[in-house]
Amino acid sequence: MAEEASEGLAFHPMEPFKIHSLFGEGPIHWYTPTNVTLWMAIGLICMALLLVVGTRGRAIIPSRMQSLAELVYGFIHKMVEDVTGKDGLKFFPYIFTLFLFIVFSNFLGLIPLSFTPTAHIAVTGVLAILVFVTVTVVGFVKNGTHFLGLFWVSSAPLALRPILAVIEVISYFVRPVSHSIRLAGNMMAGHAVIEVFAGFAPVILMSAAVGVLVTPLSVLAVTAMYGLEVIVALVQAYVFTILTCVYLKDALHPGH
Amino acid sequence: METEQQVAEMATDAAHGAAAAVPMPQLDLSTFPNQIFWLCVALVVIYWMLSRIALPRISAVLADRQSTIAGDIAAAEDYKLKAKDAEAAYEKALADARAQAQKIIAETKAEIQKDLDAATAKADTEIAKRATESEARINEIRAGALEAVEAVARDAAAEIVVALGGQADTGALATAVGARVKG
Repeated sequence: MAEEASEGLAFHPMEPFKIHSLFGEGPIHWYTPTNVTLWMAIGLICMALLLVVGTRGRAIIPSRMQSLAELVYGFIHKMVEDVTGKDGLKFFPYIFTLFLFIVFSNFLGLIPLSFTPTAHIAVTGVLAILVFVTVTVVGFVKNGTHFLGLFWVSSAPLALRPILAVIEVISYFVRPVSHSIRLAGNMMAGHAVIEVFAGFAPVILMSAAVGVLVTPLSVLAVTAMYGLEVIVALVQAYVFTILTCVYLKDALHPGH
Repeated sequence: METEQQVAEMATDAAHGAAAAVPMPQLDLSTFPNQIFWLCVALVVIYWMLSRIALPRISAVLADRQSTIAGDIAAAEDYKLKAKDAEAAYEKALADARAQAQKIIAETKAEIQKDLDAATAKADTEIAKRATESEARINEIRAGALEAVEAVARDAAAEIVVALGGQADTGALATAVGARVKG
């Protein structure tokens, strides 16, 4: 691909998603430090700066960083309490972990030349499976076989219930798939579209007649997409988190 | 025109080549263990950091703030009550002082009145005494004056008699003048 780029227009929509070893060119083993490692570490450092360094004053009247940390804390805490109820609050650290990981990955991914772990199905898949397993285990531990009542729609006519049960079971098992692909797909698509628009920008270097129209348009499109991606980054983190809360509510209170 | 066509061709070529040559890195299974391993490390570290440091600290700060605010409100309520008490005490002290002042004024007035009455009575007796004295003296003076009038009248009558060429009889003159003056 690199040789082609020097000749004509270069479209590398998948380039930012490539995983490569940080040191050397060797094969990627499970323990190899890669750009995944690097950007997760950067996300972790940013989290620590916000939530640990930012709150070190423990001030009654908070500093800016502390009040930002309290804002994020309050936002997720309220979401967990509102959706799952008081007994869901013991899962708050877990849900907060998911939210922070996703939101920091999404936003750091907006830095040019960075890497977005949440644009990878392997990462979001693991997050979604973790939620799925947690919800299923909690559901059975808390409610025993009553948890299966989730699939038995008692408000439907009796004849329809077995059919609905099949549909409910299928939708239950599809949850982790939609949960993970929604996040990864959103992150990937936006970044890929930006890459494609950016690929059109150097047209002016080849043909002034075409470029005078295409280049400003592509720059404008990249800018607009970037703005949209900022919203998408936050919204997708929010959606993933609130869906996790909703699934957890099913596990804690399958009756309603 | 030719360059434009060239550009368009290159664009389609490049797009085509990209799609054909580069599969989605997301579906490259060989990188999955690596991603999953580092994700698990990251999640464990985040969870540890949150549950050990960040969340207890933030919740403690929030609870602290809540109790500080509640305490401040309670203290303000307390101070308000105290202020109300102080105001009542002040009002009472003021009323007491006013009553005291009224009492003192009344007492002083009564005392002054008493002194005044005594002085008036004393002055009255003095005046009465002086009046009787003066009356006695006036009576004396009046009596003296009557006598003097009689003497003058007698002398004048005697002179008139002499001037008319008569002989003044002192005894008769005195009786006549005395009768006239008295009458």
